[in-house]
Amino acid sequence: MTQRIPIVENILSANDQMAQKNLEIFDHAGVFAINIMASPGAGKTTFIIKTLEALQRRLRMGVIEGDLATSIDAEKAAAAGLPAVQINTGGECHLDAVMIARAIPSLPLTELDLVIVENVGNLVCPANFKIGTHINILIASTPEGDDKPYKYPGMYRGIQALIINKIDLLPYVSFDMDYFRRGVEVLNPGVVTFPLSAKTGEGMDAWADWLVNIVKSRKPAEA
Amino acid sequence: MHELAVTRSILDIALSHAQKASAKRITSINLVIGKLASVVDESVQFYWDILSNGTIAKGAKLNFTRIPAEMRCFDCGNVFNPGDSTFACPVCQSVRVQVTKGDELRIDSIDVE
Repeated sequence: MTQRIPIVENILSANDQMAQKNLEIFDHAGVFAINIMASPGAGKTTFIIKTLEALQRRLRMGVIEGDLATSIDAEKAAAAGLPAVQINTGGECHLDAVMIARAIPSLPLTELDLVIVENVGNLVCPANFKIGTHINILIASTPEGDDKPYKYPGMYRGIQALIINKIDLLPYVSFDMDYFRRGVEVLNPGVVTFPLSAKTGEGMDAWADWLVNIVKSRKPAEA
Repeated sequence: MHELAVTRSILDIALSHAQKASAKRITSINLVIGKLASVVDESVQFYWDILSNGTIAKGAKLNFTRIPAEMRCFDCGNVFNPGDSTFACPVCQSVRVQVTKGDELRIDSIDVE
């Protein structure tokens, strides 16, 4: 005889629970963690390197590198004197909470203020998988086009900050900033947005200051 | 491609609930998936046939209830399904709208014997 068992459970609840554990580990160590997502070619690597440079005197940082394809690879971060760990995603299209849980023990968390996770370059898959960072950040870039919020709404729903990279290319590409921002505003009302160029440095200060503020305001004063 | 991970989670959840109910076989799995969750039914089915092999869920039917994206206009109160390239309200053209449905990604129930 057939019997129906009601479940009503989020399909990714196991991942969500693991993400929550990661968050608790970060919190316990007093470290702030950010998840950086973008499509391939949005300038994630350059953006992260410039962010590390801008903040190296202000914060103690570590990197979890999840993007094998583009990658500041972990070696480059390590060469800059930063603790870094490379995740072998085995070709997966996204990072998940278990991968982060495995990477965490390789970082000296209690000696850090900020952990930057570079997710796999992809605008679809990473949106569904929480990894346990405090905030999710998406880097959009002007050459990708202004229709991305409409085409990849899931990605724009779950972020706490949006970077619009490559604004130095605005004169050369077809990118209607108002159309783009209207789409973002529907999906994620009031999300903090930083138009900038990681290449020229324009706008990087505002982003760096915001990040330092949020890290320091979250972190309990050290005894 | 994240459908592989999604499918693995569906199987884990279904098996654990079936086991609790001492079921011998899972005959169907009832899924609710919103348009904004970006999950492709055919891919889930493809991975399902492989992953469920050798479990009591082998051959179970996957029933997908698809929820279209739904938005509500703050200005005129109209509730609508957005198009692919604009989220503006089709009645008053306002872009002050809010997503009300379409994020779903859950198992509602399973049928067992």
